[in-house]
Amino acid sequence: MMSANIRKVSRFGSFHVAEARIRNMLKWAGIILFAAVINPTLYLVSIGIGVGSLIDANNGVNGVSYLTFLAPALLASAAIQGSSDEVIFPVMDGFKWNRTFFGMRSTPLTARQISLGIFLAAMARAIVSIVIYWIVLYLFGALESDTAWLAMPAALLAGASMAAVMLALAAKIENENFFFTLVGRFIMIPMFLFSGTFYPLTQMPIFLQFFGWISPLWHATELGRYLTYDYPLSGLQLFTHLGVLSTMVAVGLFLSARVFAKRLEK
Amino acid sequence: MSEKLIVARGLTKTYGDFIAVDGIDFDVAKGESFGFLGPNGAGKSTTMRIIGATSVRTSGTLTILGKDPEVHGPQIRAHLGVVPQQDNLDNELTVSENIFIYGRYFGLSSSFINRKIPELLEFAQLEEKKDTKVEALSGGMKRRLTIARSLVSEPDILMLDEPTTGLDPQARHILWDRLFRLKEQGVTLLITTHYMDEAEQLCDRLIVMDKGKIMAEDSPAQLIKDYSTKEVLEVRFGSDRNQEMVDVLRPLADRIEVLPDRILLYATDGEQLLEQITAKGIHPNTSLVRRSSLEDVFLRLTGRSLVE
Amino acid sequence: MRSNAVELSEGRIGKFGEKYYAGRPQQVLLRNWLSFKSSAWIAVVSGFFEPVLYLLSFGYGIGELVGNISTPGGDISYAAYIAPGLLATSAMNGAMLDSTWNVFFKLNESRLYKAMLATSLGPLDVALGEIAWALMRGGIYATAFTAVIAGLGLVTSWWALLAIPAAIIVAFGFASFGMAITSFMKSHHQMNFFEIFLLPMFLFSGAFYPLTVFPGWAQAIIKALPLRQAIELVTRAMSGEFGINILVNFTYFMVMICVGLFFTTRRLNALFMK
Repeated sequence: MMSANIRKVSRFGSFHVAEARIRNMLKWAGIILFAAVINPTLYLVSIGIGVGSLIDANNGVNGVSYLTFLAPALLASAAIQGSSDEVIFPVMDGFKWNRTFFGMRSTPLTARQISLGIFLAAMARAIVSIVIYWIVLYLFGALESDTAWLAMPAALLAGASMAAVMLALAAKIENENFFFTLVGRFIMIPMFLFSGTFYPLTQMPIFLQFFGWISPLWHATELGRYLTYDYPLSGLQLFTHLGVLSTMVAVGLFLSARVFAKRLEK
Repeated sequence: MSEKLIVARGLTKTYGDFIAVDGIDFDVAKGESFGFLGPNGAGKSTTMRIIGATSVRTSGTLTILGKDPEVHGPQIRAHLGVVPQQDNLDNELTVSENIFIYGRYFGLSSSFINRKIPELLEFAQLEEKKDTKVEALSGGMKRRLTIARSLVSEPDILMLDEPTTGLDPQARHILWDRLFRLKEQGVTLLITTHYMDEAEQLCDRLIVMDKGKIMAEDSPAQLIKDYSTKEVLEVRFGSDRNQEMVDVLRPLADRIEVLPDRILLYATDGEQLLEQITAKGIHPNTSLVRRSSLEDVFLRLTGRSLVE
Repeated sequence: MRSNAVELSEGRIGKFGEKYYAGRPQQVLLRNWLSFKSSAWIAVVSGFFEPVLYLLSFGYGIGELVGNISTPGGDISYAAYIAPGLLATSAMNGAMLDSTWNVFFKLNESRLYKAMLATSLGPLDVALGEIAWALMRGGIYATAFTAVIAGLGLVTSWWALLAIPAAIIVAFGFASFGMAITSFMKSHHQMNFFEIFLLPMFLFSGAFYPLTVFPGWAQAIIKALPLRQAIELVTRAMSGEFGINILVNFTYFMVMICVGLFFTTRRLNALFMK
């Protein structure tokens, strides 16, 4: 007798959704891997070495080379960017372009499982990108401390926090006309530029530092710097950075499940 | 015969080895409603694009209002209203802006277009939607707007490629009604369709196309008269038995066609034929007597159904 | 009153490019204006902020780490050093967005050009109209950005006003070239080609640091690329440095514009006259 195993689906539904997404990504595996290698290389050579030569010739920053200063920020930024893309596009596709979520919803899968599955698939891709990125940083000699490998889970947490929030946001968007442009211009680029990525956050006027405090990239960068060279963080700071990122993951996933349910079950 | 607006001789279009249109001849007279009937891929849309001066023929001659589309493309397009198979309305604009800007593409003055818009909105039954973004319209409304838009330049020839494909029955009837009005006003209509009911409703004369060639040309009624019997008896025996019944039934009908799900028996009097069959002790699962249609003409000409 | 569509088109017989050009690119501009008015404004207006954000973040943040930069014209602040490069880059980005993704969408997804070319408009009307729109947008961005850098005290002479026409030339070159390449693209995935090309060009263009950090051969490659040419054109125009060098930059863009327009018109014609 052939019948769908309902109990199995109910327990592992989100993994089935993730599996479908990952299979889709594998078609583009070549491009994904190429981007994962080329992207850090480009930034490191141009900004790291180019701008670095100007900064190191002046006074340097934090007492380390500019490359070392920049490396953890670039790692976290790439994790955030990659994971966000990997949720936004599938969500648009699932709700609007090909309406695949509505097809999934007519199986025993729940809305929560679909949203979680998309999130998990994005995390799978993020892990691949982060590991490759980390290796490139290592080869450039940008990682100084023994705990540098912990920058990988820290970057993953950063990617997860942004992906969870974007998952909820993208699912809420019914008309995507300018969504991509606006996300790029009002979220991604300001975050990239004003999170203490290229220079210490404290160098900005206090009212601009506020952007850093609410930016997952800043929290992740602080963690990354702490882990990759002897950048000091107090226990409370450490706790705050981890706490903010974890809260974003939890709240983002909770909201996504609700928005998905609302759209799929109305 | 009245003035000929379109004259095609040996019209051919090839894409590499593929022959989309294979040396066809036809004339379209002024005020006529002329149809291209055939299945998908018959070459109807390609023929329409060549007439619309947006595709260049490979060989043959074609004149539209006395001009050659290869030489005078823009001048010919100025005479035409084009309603493509897939709507290409401007989704970022409102209903009336769509008509307005389309008129501007023709170079028409704003005052002329603005006088035209209420009339076209009324024609398309979209007065209440005039400030609505096109995105929010239903499929039938979009189609009506596309037609209204194509009329802004007061074209001599209106070309409609599959005008009702994808519409629900009610929307189709509204659209047919609108097209009838245009016909009454003397607009020459060029229509492609793979729906025989649409061809019967709208066309004065049509050509039946298959694989780039013209299989027949005449009025719908004459085509039915020439290529079919007056009535058709459709019988079903269930998929297993259809084939074995064919030999028994063949001598009884003028002509017989076997489709995957049913058998068509052609006769002048369908009811009488059904009586004959039952008298022989043959009892089909279902039976239906209907008048012959263009579907039957197409089946006769090509051995295939229109909608597959 | 009757429609005069036919008379208008017959009036074009014997005139310039009668088969490809109806003399009405302004109607394509009008269409973009209508769309801009109702909704696209947010995407367009937001584009202005991008170079300003870069200027604030890099100019002031990194500027503090870098100190002043010595140039042939004397020491200048880092913000003043990167301003022309940012202007050139934003002119490029704006023009590329308009002429690549937007054109791809109108060509393949919304079939807008198909509708335009079913009327008596020709492909050259469409190409010129779209490029003119990209240039107007680029011109407004350039004006606003120049006003911002002037307000921040980063300009020293009136020559800075030349940044605006220089940025428009840059935008023209990228718009016509980008559109020509887009007309060959068949799928979304091929469109990623632009990103693969644009990101490294941006990072290595020397908008943020002097090219001398790289070996000679690498500098030669970078200088042959359009963004470097654009940055040089804008920088030289803004500092009033006129000579053989700026002429080379200018000629580079003139060639780009002509080649781009030629291929765009030809391709659009081929695409729609299949």
